[in-house]
Amino acid sequence: MSRRRISLRQELPLLVWLVFVWAALWQDFSPGNLLFGALIAVVVARLFYLPPVELGGRFSVVRAVPFAIVFLGKVVAASFQVLYLAVARGPKVSNAVVAVQLRSHSDLMVTATGHVISLIPGSLVVEVDRSTSTLYIHGLNVRNGEDVMSLRKEVRDTEAGLIRIMGTKEELAELKQEVAS
Amino acid sequence: MMEIVLTVTAVILSLAAAGAIVRIAIGPSLLDRVLASDVLLAIIGATLCIDMAVNRHLNNLMLLVALSIIGFIGSVTVARFVADRREQPNES
Amino acid sequence: MNPEVSGVDTVIDTVSAVFMVVGALMSLGAAVGLLRFPDLMSRMHAATKPQVLGLFLLLAAVGLQLRTWWVWPVLFVAWIFQLLTVPVSAHMVGRAGYRTKHLHRELLTTDELEAVVQKAADKRDADDDEASGPA
Repeated sequence: MSRRRISLRQELPLLVWLVFVWAALWQDFSPGNLLFGALIAVVVARLFYLPPVELGGRFSVVRAVPFAIVFLGKVVAASFQVLYLAVARGPKVSNAVVAVQLRSHSDLMVTATGHVISLIPGSLVVEVDRSTSTLYIHGLNVRNGEDVMSLRKEVRDTEAGLIRIMGTKEELAELKQEVAS
Repeated sequence: MMEIVLTVTAVILSLAAAGAIVRIAIGPSLLDRVLASDVLLAIIGATLCIDMAVNRHLNNLMLLVALSIIGFIGSVTVARFVADRREQPNES
Repeated sequence: MNPEVSGVDTVIDTVSAVFMVVGALMSLGAAVGLLRFPDLMSRMHAATKPQVLGLFLLLAAVGLQLRTWWVWPVLFVAWIFQLLTVPVSAHMVGRAGYRTKHLHRELLTTDELEAVVQKAADKRDADDDEASGPA
C-alpha cells in the first residue's frame, strides 16, 4: 500500500455523498443514523480506496444552480425535439460526427463535459482522445456547416460553464482572457 | 382521476413495449437488439414508477435501481464483447 | 401530516398526472425512434436520452403522490444513478457501433473521426507487420 494518502479535505465530497446515499436508502436523517453512516463511509473509503478524483479545489454554488436549471431546460427542449424528429423526419434524418477540441486537459473536466453533452438528447460522445482532450461527438439532425458550428459552440459553452463551476484557478483565468479578447 | 391516468399510461407503455419488442425481433445487428432491450427495461422501470405513484407506496424503488444497474452492466458488457470480437480481421 | 386543503390536493394530483402521462410519452417516443430511425447511432439518440427526462418526471410524480419529504432524497439518488450510468452505456454502445461500421455513411454530413480512426488502423497494421516480421 504505497499509494500516496490524499488529504481529508479532498476526500470530503466523496464522504458527504456516501453519507447522503446511506441516509437516503434508510430514509432516516436522524443524527444517530448520520453519525453511523459517516463512520461506515470513512471505513469504506479507507479500505477500498480508488484513485482520487483530482478536484480543482473550488466549487461555486452560485454558478452551479443556474447551470443545473439551464441544463434541465435543455434536456426538456431537446427531448421533445428528438421526439418530433422521430415522428416527423424518421428515416430521412441526417447526422454528423464532429471533433471538438476542449480547453481543459484535466480528466475530470473532459469527463464532466462528455457526460453533460451525452445527457442532452441529440448529441453523443463516440470517442475521446485523451492526449489532446478532443471529443468526437455524434450529432442528430446536423444538416450543414452551420449546424456543425452551433453544435461545436454548444459543447464549448458547456465546458465554459463547468469551468466556471469547478475548474481550477488557471483554467478560469484562461477562460476570462479568452472571453475578454 | 387516477384511474384515467392509469389507463392512458398503460396504453402508451404497452405500445412502446410492443415497438421495442418489434425492434428486438427484426433488429439487424446485435447492438440494435441490446439497445432495444435496454429501452424495454426502461419501460418496465416506468411501469414500476407509475404503480408506485398511483398506489402510493415505495416498495418498487430498490427494484427500479437494481433494474437500471442491470441494464447498465448488460449493455456495457455486450458492447465491449462486440468491440473485442470485431477487432479480429476477416470477420465483418 | 396535517389534513390538506382539497384545492391544493387537486392541483398536486393534476401536476403528477401530467408528469406521468408525459413520462410515459417519453418511453413511447423512444420506441417510435427505435422503429423509425435509419441507423444504429440515431436510434441510440432516441433510445437512451428521452428516458432520462421520462424517469425524472415519473419519480417526481411518485414524490408528489406520496406527499412526504423523506422520499425525495431516495428518488434523487435513484435519478442520479441514472444520470451517471446512461451516458456511459450510450458511449460504449456508440463506440462499438462506430467501430463495427454500424452507421450509414451516406447519412453523415460530416465525419471528422473517420480520418483519425483510419490513421490509427493503418498504424496498427504497420505495427502488426513489423511485429510478425518478414515471414
